[in-house]
Amino acid sequence: MLYESYFKKPKDIAGVIAKVRDLAKMTGPVRLMEICGTHTMAISRSGIRGLFLPEIQLISGPGCPVCVTPSGVMDEIFKLSDHKNIVITSYGDLLRVPGSRRGDSLLRRKALGAHVVDVYSPMDALALARKNPGKEVVFLGVGFETTAPGTASCLLEAVRQGVENFSILCLLKPTEPALRTLVESPDFNVSGFLCPGHVAAVTGSDAFAFLPEDYGLPAVVSGFEGADLLCSILLLMEMLADKTPGLVNEYVRLVRPKGNPAAQEMIRRVFEPVTCEWRGLGMVPGGGFKIKDEFSDFDAARRFHLTWHEGKEPAGCRCAQVIRGSLAPGQCPLFKTVCTPQDPVGPCMVSSEGSCAAAFRYEL
Amino acid sequence: MDDIITLDYGSGGIKTSDFIDNLLVPAFDNTPLNKLADGAVLDGAERLVFSTDSFVVSPWKFPGGNIGRLCVCGTVNDIAMAGGIPKYLSLSFILEEGFKMWDLKEIIASIADEAKKAQVMIVTGDTKVVEHGKGDGIYINTSGIGILKNPRLGKEYIRPGDGVIVSGSVGCHGASVMMARSGLLDGDGPLRSDCRILTDLAVAAQDAGNVRILRDPTRGGIATVLNEFVEDSPLTVELNETAIPVDATVASACDLLGLDPLYCACEGRMLAVVAPEDVPSVLDALHRLSGGEKAACIGTITQKRPGQVILNTSLGGRRLLGKLSGHQLPRIC
Amino acid sequence: MCLAMPMKIKEIEGNSAVGEAGGLTREIRVDFIKDLSPGDYVMVHAGFAIEKMSEKEALDNINFMEELEHAL
Repeated sequence: MLYESYFKKPKDIAGVIAKVRDLAKMTGPVRLMEICGTHTMAISRSGIRGLFLPEIQLISGPGCPVCVTPSGVMDEIFKLSDHKNIVITSYGDLLRVPGSRRGDSLLRRKALGAHVVDVYSPMDALALARKNPGKEVVFLGVGFETTAPGTASCLLEAVRQGVENFSILCLLKPTEPALRTLVESPDFNVSGFLCPGHVAAVTGSDAFAFLPEDYGLPAVVSGFEGADLLCSILLLMEMLADKTPGLVNEYVRLVRPKGNPAAQEMIRRVFEPVTCEWRGLGMVPGGGFKIKDEFSDFDAARRFHLTWHEGKEPAGCRCAQVIRGSLAPGQCPLFKTVCTPQDPVGPCMVSSEGSCAAAFRYEL
Repeated sequence: MDDIITLDYGSGGIKTSDFIDNLLVPAFDNTPLNKLADGAVLDGAERLVFSTDSFVVSPWKFPGGNIGRLCVCGTVNDIAMAGGIPKYLSLSFILEEGFKMWDLKEIIASIADEAKKAQVMIVTGDTKVVEHGKGDGIYINTSGIGILKNPRLGKEYIRPGDGVIVSGSVGCHGASVMMARSGLLDGDGPLRSDCRILTDLAVAAQDAGNVRILRDPTRGGIATVLNEFVEDSPLTVELNETAIPVDATVASACDLLGLDPLYCACEGRMLAVVAPEDVPSVLDALHRLSGGEKAACIGTITQKRPGQVILNTSLGGRRLLGKLSGHQLPRIC
Repeated sequence: MCLAMPMKIKEIEGNSAVGEAGGLTREIRVDFIKDLSPGDYVMVHAGFAIEKMSEKEALDNINFMEELEHAL
């Protein structure tokens, strides 16, 4: 399949690893951040996270769209699930995530009688709505730019087909504004970025040029296979050793400089930027997408008059710091002792892309 | 008989008798069952292995099998893994009113077929019917009795240096059921459940060398079972990722659904921990049998990290392979 | 939130297509992929193709990596 097996690991894997270690001797200890939950999982699962310690620390940043959703929003979703006539459809990733109250989750609500269905695609949620005209079907539209165009298409399809019992709760977020907020924060301490390859497939690799250009931070747009990750780390280390911060696209087989204009247009057609809260970053101007007024009929927030109250973070929860990369999962006092995947305190432990979930599951 | 199950079939009256006499007895036909006493009187005064399992798989039919095939394999395999030769099964149905008789006949035929392959007799059973909406089509329980052949199997026999063998590729059953459930699966495609009887593989392995423990990795997959082997002990399972056989179709299905093959259920695979000097002979014995062609040594027992399972990744890294916490949800991320 | 997999396009009908990977087929949406033909490869996320991939581009990626390794 298009040489995919090639990308599992570099031909000269020993050479790549040795070179990275040599460069680390030149640069001194560095912290590299990835900002994509799928990268978080891939790096942990492949054993790469520990490969270059202690010289190179691979930190997870705010890359999990589920984890950055504030607990107040989850609380509103739980309230919605209480209605007998509403079917909540969601990606599996969200189902175990708690809100302000520990122990609460969509999965728990489902066990108590709420209609909660996990779906692979928003189109599956739309099909469910068509098959069940007597029910209100709400799709929890979580994600970044990778997911936004599909969610937009789905909404347009709902409009086209007149599926009036379907609505989308738009929890989508663009990457750049939050990334700027993170970099500009006083405790930001990272030397370079691995940029999300599938977000970049939509936005274009140029969309990450602001990192070297505005902040002097080297950035590599990386794929997700073993070879992609190791080569991307090597590229970052080379730029750090040469002190030549720039943008490199490692994922050339999928990512183009300008990305996918049709997908970008799809996002613009249906959504507009809005100020939005990111757990760990606070209010981010332009940090969210909202459904445009002309499609308000399919906006679940408007249909069900949802308002986001400031949810309280669960007592002792350090997810905010973990999400910003200022605390490693292992440094959180609740990690593994009180907070576990079976009984989580915050989302990072149970989102399928959460940093703590990855650490709990994979780190030795 | 009617074309659907109704509450009458569970009432113990005429319809129940009709169901037993004209459907179940002819399908399973054996002396203890044909007596239709309240309990089956069985031969044998040796040491016994007894096991029970309930089956609630949805959908009841999936590529490579159905709940009928599964309910025989599940309990028979548990007995074989415990060192027993399976002999007798009980069979209990809980049926939802409205379940199609046509489907039930297909399930019963599968049960009879698999029981024959396993050389076990279905000697006693029960049928209950619940109201529409109070069940999920069909639930089955099978309990089984076997004659103990090998009393020296268990975690306590595992030693550092032992080899870890899997009898075939992993995750086929779990992946095919998840795919069928998600509606994504093409019925005639290459992805099929691995559901099969393991008795002959178990016997062959034990005859070929010193086997410490056997387990079939059902719920939670090989990762969960291997953790169970060493948790609360000073031992470690060290696995080599590249040695674990995973079919390409299973890998693709897992990619599609965001699942991990190491946590997907197998219903026709055996994990064996074997004395190191016997690994080649056990593998050889398995390779000669149907269902054991892809048997492989996937790791060793060490003492590096007490109670844990470590995976040496294909990239030369190492990571933990934990127990499954909660059920696997289809992922997008 | 980027879990995606490459699939080969088998048939196309309007905004929908049949994608194939490892012998498994799935209906996917191709709303924002231009100039798509059966036999093309796309990266699929949440039921939507987000971008096309060509054999040439895959080879470019391989060459890029090999150059990186040779520069060691």
